[in-house]
Amino acid sequence: MNTNSHSEDLKTIRKIMEESSRFLSLSGLSGVFAGIFALAGFIIAFISIRNADLFEAVNLDFILLVDALAVLVLTLAAGVYLSYRKAVRTGIRIWTGTTRRMLLNLLIPLISGSVFILFFYLNNDYHYIIPAMLLFYGLALVSAGKFTFGEIQYLGMLETLTGFFAAIFPDYSLFAWAFGFGLLHILYGVIMHKKYR
Amino acid sequence: MKEILNNLSKLLENRVRLGIMSALMVNESIDFNSLKELLDVTDGNLASHLKVLEEHLFIEVKKQFIGRKPHTSYSTTDYGKKVFNQHLGALEQLIKRN
Repeated sequence: MNTNSHSEDLKTIRKIMEESSRFLSLSGLSGVFAGIFALAGFIIAFISIRNADLFEAVNLDFILLVDALAVLVLTLAAGVYLSYRKAVRTGIRIWTGTTRRMLLNLLIPLISGSVFILFFYLNNDYHYIIPAMLLFYGLALVSAGKFTFGEIQYLGMLETLTGFFAAIFPDYSLFAWAFGFGLLHILYGVIMHKKYR
Repeated sequence: MKEILNNLSKLLENRVRLGIMSALMVNESIDFNSLKELLDVTDGNLASHLKVLEEHLFIEVKKQFIGRKPHTSYSTTDYGKKVFNQHLGALEQLIKRN
């Protein structure tokens, strides 16, 4: 009986409990990249809208769509790549039951929200698109947070609040979008990167 | 001191068995292959430890067929949870004493 082996036992228990119930490969850096891509996307959108008279109306729609998709693809690519890299470095397996559960809980609100927003878009009702993006994204993070770093739930709550702000003050909704998807991500990413590196 | 030592479970002194129980404490059920990956042990090694835990009623085994493939999953019994929690409490107390 020695304390050393007891504390080793406790470490084992903790490690296995965490590894088997939480997705720990999510990289803080991917938050920073998501935020930077979002801000770049916001700047492009902002300039395009300001100079809308230079384009045909159809072109502006197209530019905004390509802009949004580019942000989405780059963010996902960075997230997947950095998480993969972190998994390799820490030796934690990436495709486990926990990962699948985390993704399921993330994707249910996210896909519901996307379909819902598609209805707005198809009805040419653009008012609540940005608030709905922020709201559903926030809810997706709160839901996925149970299976990864708990801190992500706070990010989710802030995104949801930002969504309500955008709904109440539609004139500022583009700025709310930049705040929610840009600044909050960067802030979150920096905090998590420092804490769990 | 004696009471604390009584709360330790001999069965859980083994790292693999301790690992199995730790994983099952925070998951409703886990299948064989996930446990194997998680604990990084061989089939035979894992199977023998699971057998011991099952025989001592720490865990329950559920066998079912998904399509034609047999699928075995494991979960803790209430008794297993109780023993694990006592064991964990005892470990913590022992460390605090030193």
